[in-house]
Amino acid sequence: MPTPNKQPANPAELIIDEAIAENQWRLLPQSEEGSEISAETLAPGKVILPFSIWSALKGSLTERASEIGVWLDSDESADLIGTDATTLPLIAVNFPAFTDGRGFTTGRLLRERYGFQGELRAVGAFIRDQLTYLRRCGFNAFAYEGEQPLKKLLDSMYDFSESYQTSVDQPLPMFRRRSL
Amino acid sequence: MYRYDERDRAIIRDRVTQFRSQTERYLAGELTEEEFLPLRLQNGLYIQRLAPMLRIAVPYGLLNSTQLRRLARITRDYDKGYAHFTTRHNVQLNWPQLEDVPSILAELAEVDMHSVQTSGNCIRNTTSDPYAGVARDEIADPRPYCELIRQWSTFHPEFAFLPRKFKIAVSGSEQDRAAIRVHDIGVQIVKRGGEIGFQILVGGGLGRTPILAEEIRDFLPEEDLLSYLEAIVRIYNQLGRRDNKFKARIKILVKALGVEEFARRVEDEWARIKDGAEKLTPEALAWAKSFFTAPKYETFDGASSDADLQTQADGDKAFSRWLERNTFPHRVPGYRAVRLSTKPTGVPPGDVTDRQLEAIADLADSFSFGEARVTHDQNVVLADVPQNRLYELWQEARKYGFATPNIGTLTDMICCPGGDYCSLANAKSIPVAEAIQRKFDDLDYLYDLGDLNLNISGCMNACGHHHVGHIGILGVDKKGEEFYQVQLGGSSSENASLAKVLGPSFSRAEVPDVIGKILDLYIEQRQPEEHFLDTYQRIGLQPFKESVYANAK
Repeated sequence: MPTPNKQPANPAELIIDEAIAENQWRLLPQSEEGSEISAETLAPGKVILPFSIWSALKGSLTERASEIGVWLDSDESADLIGTDATTLPLIAVNFPAFTDGRGFTTGRLLRERYGFQGELRAVGAFIRDQLTYLRRCGFNAFAYEGEQPLKKLLDSMYDFSESYQTSVDQPLPMFRRRSL
Repeated sequence: MYRYDERDRAIIRDRVTQFRSQTERYLAGELTEEEFLPLRLQNGLYIQRLAPMLRIAVPYGLLNSTQLRRLARITRDYDKGYAHFTTRHNVQLNWPQLEDVPSILAELAEVDMHSVQTSGNCIRNTTSDPYAGVARDEIADPRPYCELIRQWSTFHPEFAFLPRKFKIAVSGSEQDRAAIRVHDIGVQIVKRGGEIGFQILVGGGLGRTPILAEEIRDFLPEEDLLSYLEAIVRIYNQLGRRDNKFKARIKILVKALGVEEFARRVEDEWARIKDGAEKLTPEALAWAKSFFTAPKYETFDGASSDADLQTQADGDKAFSRWLERNTFPHRVPGYRAVRLSTKPTGVPPGDVTDRQLEAIADLADSFSFGEARVTHDQNVVLADVPQNRLYELWQEARKYGFATPNIGTLTDMICCPGGDYCSLANAKSIPVAEAIQRKFDDLDYLYDLGDLNLNISGCMNACGHHHVGHIGILGVDKKGEEFYQVQLGGSSSENASLAKVLGPSFSRAEVPDVIGKILDLYIEQRQPEEHFLDTYQRIGLQPFKESVYANAK
């Protein structure tokens, strides 16, 4: 039986589109009694649901579509949301440990394969020095849990002025841009 | 050799700035030990038993003389005046100060060098054939593909936090000199109907669970190389185990899924990205190849050059021995590739001083178009030496201690730094290597033994590749004491095999005599023209076991 991942925090402030912003979303943790939640009992307002709950309720939440987001844990792949991504205003991806890099793939696939245009939010234990890579994989929001002031994190959004490979921020690899 | 342009340089300069900031924040307490760990590892920086260790990348082994001289200067200014060649083409400094590392990286960047991804759970330096471009059995030069892989994997945003380290090797020849079967991905260049493509192997590796890679595709078109690699690494990033570092390599995933299922998943993923932007354009392929064209060779009459060389060899036995062991046939008439041995007796295998680094630079400039190559068995190759200058080169190489005529013999050992330096090691490896070199110092005996790879690792992480030595020695810890397990029958060639354990381990003092008994049995049992490995494969482990352990008690 695998131990459940650490649940992401939901800080009051975060970085969105390279600026510090107020967090307007609640984040519902995964929980044993999660299955008890229904469309009727879900409190109003913007909420990010764990994938399992969203997946069970999505059919009955269509009228609240603009305030229902979903978060994926690191072992939940982008394929689980698939093309539903285009209907979501926000998807969060959890990094239970900053060394767990599955979320980088999840971010790219949501953007590149499933056409997700909304807010892609990194949640969990990621660190400042991963912001460049996260941004390149399509993340535009960062709900940072660590000790460092958010203002300092903004300094690590663009650690590299150039990049070799295809990614969300630069669809053309360098070999297609070298004017060969 | 690939030449950096402004974009490549900008990336490496940005890396220096980034790492300077990370080091400063670590020293100021803004980055925790745990957070700094993967960041410094991805810059090749280990905190070792005695001091930090910095692993500098030598992409697929190529160095020019300017870079060699800079390395020499760095070892003088920031270290103790020597460096160590590793088994994956890299160079290690054993005594840098942590706070100096950003400045070392800045000095390296000035000559288009770095330590990018030389450690950590990311895509590492690509390994290749030290005779690339000159070997007679070459199907196509592997270096352009290695460079394309280097660029694709450098700061790949999706793959910087993989479950575990990830190593790729490319072989362009029939004989595998890049050990591709013990890499996470082995790329073998093949030709089909005149078209260049790749056979793709996955899941090889040494360490605690040695496994040989298996084929997942017999022919991948040339233009699809990067997208296919991306598909493999993406599957691995998503599915590789992260709960146990000893089960996190791709080899474990391939075994768990089965190679057919793993291949199916890769093919499914690849089908969705193969026609994307990573597909190599004809222009990109031509551009990559343009850096690895033939240098300006002189035209020689091959037959008369060979005859002249033979005359020189006939007149000088020492030269003749060196010629036989330390030079390699070249595809261009009148040329040879030369191996400079870093393994004279009494020097840790792969160690070179600052003066020797400069000497390699000088020799490269004088004899081989200014370039040298680091080999996976920790020697250095000058790839393009005219035969009529070999005698002169040999004399020069002797002055600097590079002409030990032992390439491919018992004393040309692969050996990790071991317990003298490494904090992971269970046992020392360098003194074992030296004791063996001292016992078997008779050249006639060594030549009579012929091709024989002896590999030594100080622990089961297997940096000394003991599993693929014809004879492998593994340092083990027995109740706090250093012991050595002996294994036989490994090979990293195209007919790769993993060595089998001979039996109970030995004390350090016993090891040279045990090797002696093994060699005695080989000499007694061998048939004409049989190398050690051939004899072993014919007669098996048992006779060796009986001979070594007979009368032991």
